[in-house]
Amino acid sequence: MAEETQSKAPETGAAPAASQQGGPGGSERGPRPGGRPGAGGPGGRGKFFRRKKVCKFCTEKIDAIPYRDVRLLQGFVAERGKIVPRRLTGVCTTHQRRLTRAIKQARNIALLPFATKH
Amino acid sequence: MSRVYEVMFIVRPDVVDEELDKLIAGFESTVTTGGGVVKSTEKMGRRKLAYLVRKFADGNYVLLTIEADGALVAELERRLRVSEPVIKFITVRTDEEEKRIAKIKAIRATKKKVSAEVAPAAPAPVAAPVAPAVEAAPAVEAAEPAQASA
Repeated sequence: MAEETQSKAPETGAAPAASQQGGPGGSERGPRPGGRPGAGGPGGRGKFFRRKKVCKFCTEKIDAIPYRDVRLLQGFVAERGKIVPRRLTGVCTTHQRRLTRAIKQARNIALLPFATKH
Repeated sequence: MSRVYEVMFIVRPDVVDEELDKLIAGFESTVTTGGGVVKSTEKMGRRKLAYLVRKFADGNYVLLTIEADGALVAELERRLRVSEPVIKFITVRTDEEEKRIAKIKAIRATKKKVSAEVAPAAPAPVAAPVAPAVEAAPAVEAAEPAQASA
């Protein structure tokens, strides 16, 4: 269990899906106006906000997340049907909450599965 | 004050088209006789279900957008529940959401107009004290470059 938490810690620093040299390397080398994604994201200004991933909904100015839009929702659902946590997708809190609501509504109307077996 | 709802329901795949139309017409008449307005009806066609519902693997999706009050929606849901060909339904209230979206769009429209006015005058007073007329947009723009340089 200790190993798990240790291996998770460096991951939360940088987006694991995107290619990176590791958290610290990315924040030094990346554009220091990481305040740019900050403006798009939750408006965080701290130097420790080295999250390069920006909230897709904030940048593209998508207002509504309808439960009917299965293709949009499927991007945030894992293979087994679980909802992907926002530290992996980079979504901001408000949109993650709306997204979760939409996914659960879609699950109820059989547009998305509750759980799939491998 | 009528509320806007979206009702989506799934009809079992082995009903004929005419029966499906009759069914939908029946629900629409329930709405209209109860004092509501059917804004739109959309037959989304046959789709594969994400999981088995009553042993069916696919179904006919129908989307109804209605304007009604709560009691009428309860009545409609009761009918959907009782109706045999309908295997699943969900009702979502959408008027608050629409209001919020409209508000955001309105704010965005005013912001755009403001920045369009400021654009011709922008080059000269970059660092100089901002014109009192418009405070919001230049303040935001000034804050960003200041932040980036700091």
